[in-house]
Amino acid sequence: MSRVIVYFAHPGHKHSRANRAMAVAARTLEGITFVDLYSEYPRFNIDIELEQRRLLDHDVIVFQFPMFWYSTPALVKEWEDLVLEHGFAYGAGGDNLAGKRLLLAITAAGPVDAYQPDGYQRHPIRTFLTPLEQTATLCQMNFLPPYVLFSSLSAPTDGSLDTHVANYRTLLESMRDDRFDFAAVAGRDLIRGSELPVKGVT
Amino acid sequence: MGDFLAIAFLFLAAGVLSVPIASRLGLGSVLGYLIAGILISPLLEQLDVDVVSVQHFAEFGVVMMLFLVGLELEPRLLWQMKARLLGLGGLQVAATTLGVMAIAMALGQPWSVALAIGMVLALSSTAIVLQTLNEKGLMRSDGGGSAFSVLLFQDIAVIPMLAFLPLLAIPEIAGTGAGELAGESHAAGGSFVEHLAGWQRALVTVAAIAIVVGGGSYLTRPLFRFIAMAHLREIFTAVALMIVVGIASLMTLVGLSPALGTFLAGVVLANSEYRHELESNIDPFKGLLLGLFFITVGAAIDFELLFSDLGLVLALTAALMVLKGLVLFVLAVVFHIRGADRWLFTLGLAQAGEFGFVLLAFTVASNVIPAAVADQLLLVIALSMLLTPALFILYDKLIAPAFSDAQSRAPDDIDDQGKVIIAGVGRFGGIVNRILLASGYKTIVLDYHAEHLENLRVFGIKVFYGDAMRPDLLRAAGIEDARMLVIAIDGKEQATEMVQHVTQNYPHVYIVARAFDRHHVYELWAAGARDIIRENFDGAVRAGRSALEALGAHPYEAERQTQGFVENDKRAIRELAELYDPDVPVHANEAYVARTKEFLKSHEDAMRGNSDAFGIRNERGWVPPPLDDPESAQSNR
Repeated sequence: MSRVIVYFAHPGHKHSRANRAMAVAARTLEGITFVDLYSEYPRFNIDIELEQRRLLDHDVIVFQFPMFWYSTPALVKEWEDLVLEHGFAYGAGGDNLAGKRLLLAITAAGPVDAYQPDGYQRHPIRTFLTPLEQTATLCQMNFLPPYVLFSSLSAPTDGSLDTHVANYRTLLESMRDDRFDFAAVAGRDLIRGSELPVKGVT
Repeated sequence: MGDFLAIAFLFLAAGVLSVPIASRLGLGSVLGYLIAGILISPLLEQLDVDVVSVQHFAEFGVVMMLFLVGLELEPRLLWQMKARLLGLGGLQVAATTLGVMAIAMALGQPWSVALAIGMVLALSSTAIVLQTLNEKGLMRSDGGGSAFSVLLFQDIAVIPMLAFLPLLAIPEIAGTGAGELAGESHAAGGSFVEHLAGWQRALVTVAAIAIVVGGGSYLTRPLFRFIAMAHLREIFTAVALMIVVGIASLMTLVGLSPALGTFLAGVVLANSEYRHELESNIDPFKGLLLGLFFITVGAAIDFELLFSDLGLVLALTAALMVLKGLVLFVLAVVFHIRGADRWLFTLGLAQAGEFGFVLLAFTVASNVIPAAVADQLLLVIALSMLLTPALFILYDKLIAPAFSDAQSRAPDDIDDQGKVIIAGVGRFGGIVNRILLASGYKTIVLDYHAEHLENLRVFGIKVFYGDAMRPDLLRAAGIEDARMLVIAIDGKEQATEMVQHVTQNYPHVYIVARAFDRHHVYELWAAGARDIIRENFDGAVRAGRSALEALGAHPYEAERQTQGFVENDKRAIRELAELYDPDVPVHANEAYVARTKEFLKSHEDAMRGNSDAFGIRNERGWVPPPLDDPESAQSNR
């Protein structure tokens, strides 16, 4: 059993469909910790000690959020700035997070082909995630390929959201139960829901 | 009686007329009083007023002044001053005494007379110098502080001098006994201890000081608490006067300087929460008596004698001031007093003082100095005092500007951040005080609930007793150089009045005012407050937010929703505050009524859910672009 924590962050809660469905799926899973950051810190008053304890208590750290302007919602940035302290997460004596895994479960409004050199976003989505990737690296964490929902605005109507949510559940469950084959996704761009490398399932 | 009133009127009128004119001309109040005294001296002569006895009475102002100086000076500060007090003060008195003595002997006086003259002239004028330093705000400068140390030492030195001077008596001019005069001078030994043996006298002295220190430490608090229950202003004034007068007479009785005794009492009470109340009560009396004292100094100048010996008196005065200045200048160099402060110290203390008059009278009575010499010295002292304001003007106009560029104000670190005065320390002001203290700000807290103060004192929170409504108390608490005033007193009208008073008289002070309700906000706004906090508003807003959360709203949505409400409400209240006119009844203020109706309408709509009046902010946050937007394929998110 691995200890999994899902940090969910969405300020416009009631406008969200994709993220809300994913959050419900994550929250209702047995044996994983679910944190709604905007619910816990509506006034951005982050409890640093509590958050650091949470990190120590878990092996897999999942951040689930919508991409806003090629970055995280503001509270996630605030969380990083406060919780990943020198001496705790990095720097001298800051090896508390070494060996933990970081997974981003994100939604993007643009379609998958927009994130190409000739698409309108002009870069692969991993390029926009490099700050988070490097943050994980500096903290000696394993940065997993992200689990991404593209075209998130049309996903609820074209049926792709349901599959994405179901696969999200499987992904989290298999990590919880140590059945996820991390080696199989190493070096990949993304974790694809259609080809989750879950061990013991044929 | 009629005579008395006429004389009182004469003194008052002289002061009222000449002091404002002198101040306007930049001469300072002391010179104004002195000139007033000179102007009315012929009239006083006509009315047959004994100027000298009036002067003795007015010297009580000096006693009060030292009490107030003591109040400003905590024991800790006094202890820090000890090196300057003894070193600077002791050397000044010793060196000046010897210098004057040498000159007097060169002029043909016998050594004993010369020594007595030296002592008389070594003292400077506490009254003029402290008054002027306070008036010009120079007390906290290095020069001002050093000058104060010297003055304090001189005031203490008067006591041993009074004991020593009779030993210099010259048999040839002996007439009456020394004892007769003891009662006349205000610092001389009283009759009570005259007949005691040396050890008894010492015992009585120690006992008297113990009474002052012990009484000040342990008796004043219950006494003030008892008085405070009556809530009568004049009783407080009476008690304050009673304390000062009582200590002065006790000290006179045992042969100590009343000025020293009250100073000591002031120091003992400097930590008391009743300090500012005492200050504001004594201050007017001190001011009036000192004014009277300066007038009598001016009036006592004997012009007949002055003009007959004009050359000699002028030369002696000039010599005295040059000598004193020289000693002071050398001391300033030795004690590392720099720049403009060195000149302030040198010029400020270069005169002889009111204690000189006292000692002079005493020496004549003790047959130490011949009366003819004393008369001339009297003129020298008065003239040097008269010239002191001129030296201060010289300092102000020529020396301070010359140094102002060169001298950085950096070492002045004590009051850099400025004081915060908190009026009212109940549930509201108490929290403000705790927050400011926790952040390292200095606060001065005023409250007139004695019970309140006692409770807070137990927890080590420093609070002063006093009705913050009174302008004089605000001044005693230091509103003039305060940075901020937090008004948290109970009582709507009082708070409004206070805002009005402070914005008009001390526009540099930032005001944070507590309002009780919407209407009170308008009144405070009209009075000039711009940072107004409704006491129940924040609590109510939080309760509303809690209710929203409990009803199932996402906490962040609840937060945004209430933020929107707060912003809307603030905007409305600000607009209405601008329209509100305290002199026009609300129902007659058409613009106000019209705008209020509009706000009420939109509020009602919001409550019925017909509009998103205060929800707009919330609605606009993080809304994805609509799918049918032709540009939505280009969505950036």
